[in-house]
Amino acid sequence: MSQTVFEPWNDPDAKPLIQFKNVTKRFGEFTAIDNQSFDIYEKEFFALLGPSGCGKTTMMRMLAGFEKPTEGTILLGGQDIAPFPPNKRAVNMMFQSYALFPHLSVWDNIAFGLKRDGKSKDEIAARVEEMLKLTRLEQFARRKPHQISGGQRQRVALARSLAKAPKLLLLDEPLGALDAKLRQATQFELMDIQEKTGTTFVIVTHDQEEAMTVASRVAVMDTGKIIQADTPQVIYEAPASRYVADFIGDVNLIDGMAEAREGGAEAASTAESETPAQFEAEIPAAETAPRAPQPNERGKWLHDKLFKYILGPREDAPKQLPPPTPEESKAAASAVQPYAIAPGGITIHWAEGQPPLIASNGDPALAGKRVTLAVRPEKLGISKDRPESANALRGKVIDIAYLGNLSTYHVELANGTMVKAQLANTRRVAQRDITWEDKVWISFRDTAGVVLGE
Amino acid sequence: MRRLTWFNATSLTLGFAFLYLPMIILIVYSFNESKLVTVWAGFSTKWYGTLIQNEAFLDAAWVTIQVAVVSSTIATVLGTMAALVLVRAGRFYGRTLFSGMIYAPLVMPEVITGLSLLLLFIGIGLDRGIFTIILAHTTFSMCFVSVVVSSRLVTFDRSLEEAALDLGCSHFDAFRLVTLPIIAPAVISGWLLAFTLSLDDLVIASFTAGPSATTLPIKIWSSIRLGVSPEINALSTIMIAIVAVGVITASLITKRASLRQQADERAAVHA
Ligand SMILES: Nc1ncnc2c1ncn2[C@@H]1O[C@H](COP(=O)(O)OP(=O)(O)OP(=O)(O)O)[C@@H](O)[C@H]1O
Ligand SMILES: [Mg+2]
Repeated sequence: MSQTVFEPWNDPDAKPLIQFKNVTKRFGEFTAIDNQSFDIYEKEFFALLGPSGCGKTTMMRMLAGFEKPTEGTILLGGQDIAPFPPNKRAVNMMFQSYALFPHLSVWDNIAFGLKRDGKSKDEIAARVEEMLKLTRLEQFARRKPHQISGGQRQRVALARSLAKAPKLLLLDEPLGALDAKLRQATQFELMDIQEKTGTTFVIVTHDQEEAMTVASRVAVMDTGKIIQADTPQVIYEAPASRYVADFIGDVNLIDGMAEAREGGAEAASTAESETPAQFEAEIPAAETAPRAPQPNERGKWLHDKLFKYILGPREDAPKQLPPPTPEESKAAASAVQPYAIAPGGITIHWAEGQPPLIASNGDPALAGKRVTLAVRPEKLGISKDRPESANALRGKVIDIAYLGNLSTYHVELANGTMVKAQLANTRRVAQRDITWEDKVWISFRDTAGVVLGE
Repeated sequence: MRRLTWFNATSLTLGFAFLYLPMIILIVYSFNESKLVTVWAGFSTKWYGTLIQNEAFLDAAWVTIQVAVVSSTIATVLGTMAALVLVRAGRFYGRTLFSGMIYAPLVMPEVITGLSLLLLFIGIGLDRGIFTIILAHTTFSMCFVSVVVSSRLVTFDRSLEEAALDLGCSHFDAFRLVTLPIIAPAVISGWLLAFTLSLDDLVIASFTAGPSATTLPIKIWSSIRLGVSPEINALSTIMIAIVAVGVITASLITKRASLRQQADERAAVHA
């Protein structure tokens, strides 16, 4: 697949579709949007993410024309939009409260905007049917909004705003009331629509995963300010501040004092001194947990040869996954391969008497300052034996949360800091060798985290 | 459905008797043969016959209906507009004063309203007649409409109008296509209220009516000073009939609408 990367924000020649220039919005004394300047480019899928009341809806309402900025200007295609009322803007908004017309049927709600455009009857009917199909509302077309469920209402609102295929579409929490399956399907529909029509989307969501899935850029907001606007990957992998790191996804924050690091050589050599042979020997035999009384070998033989044909297959063994082989166990224990420490960066002294953390991607300019190392839980390895890794910390398992496809281990480190490590559940939980109260090693690479200044 | 208890049945009967007994007596006596109102002398419809020939009553009835229809319609338009401004315009200077002032006629004694209107009409040299009655009725019934409509508007979700604007409506279209249909029941009941108020107003009409135009209440009032005639009973019976037909029609329309909605719902389920 050959495609040029869609990054107009990195292109100095790209003309932004929307420009916020020092926009401030006050409601009386209260400042809802605080002197914000940013650009949104054509065909972007711009996601606004932030806690409740941080000004996301206000931002949208200014774009749609329901609120005027108290200060500053908003340009749409290079033109100040302040003089244009909402009905003169090529912008459609899906309201957080849906705002469906209660006296009109689902069909008429969706057709409402099309009728205003003076389209022909057939054209309108075709478009409405298309929208109904897209949002899977065909059999509800004749119902009134009060006769359908919350999720269905949300889809009507979405269909209504999509129907006019505007240049800019503002979606205020468009998928919040949908179940996981339908939400995912609709997300992909949205991205599909966007690819087909080239519509620019600004979307508010409380669902980070959603923002990550659909957005070209994510803007993380906090009380009237955009803290960071970047691609989902950058937001996730390289958050610019503690707030962003903490807000997006789960993260482990380890505070400490930074110190410049000369090179990675000596650290690497100490780690290498641990011989792999010794490592292997310590792997415990696959645990056969005490279960219901087990038949002995003769009993099994008897069953397999004779009773199987009368009583059916044995209940116990065949359904179980085979216990992990030593190779598998080793692979799981040291998920943080390959092992090599880059030179440079900083070390972080985070606890008395503990070896400092190595962050070869840390900015040496931070040396001598208090810093926070942010590491995502899935970047942490967890094992019973000391793994070969740039950073290996001793800890005790406090809690294990089973999340279906993942398990999260809550581990208390030496100085009381709690960290979370996430492992994919590739094998059955019963066969895990790490349980509550176990002493474990938490390990991560020298580049796994992000060093954040104060 | 729950069954009526003894207590409920009794209070219902008493309440309805209190409301409707006088009217029933009036209707019964309108079919009285005798000229004496209080003496029953047998069934007859002759008073209806004489009523139809009574030009003065017919003229008055026609004036009354014209006044009621025109004034309640104007009052509904003005009252709805006033309600919109007062509920919507946010805070403007003197808003509290204005909203207080629009409701003042509700509590103002009718005699004072009537008198002040009379003084105004004399002051500007307006000849009293049907036009002045319409003006007067519009003035005092407008505030009733405004109260009814604004109580609906406060609970009206503004974002519906914003959605309409967003989808390309002008402000007027948004009002016509979204706001008005939704608040229509309140507007209609406002109109009905204004209509009935105008229909039975005696005090204000007698201040503002002139020799050229008299309303039915004035006519009835002035003729019973010469003694209650069975003709008046007949006339009142007709008025009751008109009002009853109106009320029943209105409720039937409402009922039909809700039935249709249910049918819609069923159709949607089985589609
Ligand atoms: N019309 C208004 N008058 C006064 N304050 C307002 C008004 N509209 C919004 N605010 C305030 O502005 C702030 C931002 O509101 P906004 O609706 O933009 O929040 P939000 O980010 O959309 O929150 P949520 O995620 O809960 O929808 C809130 O503190 C809110 O109370
Ligand atoms: Mg909001």
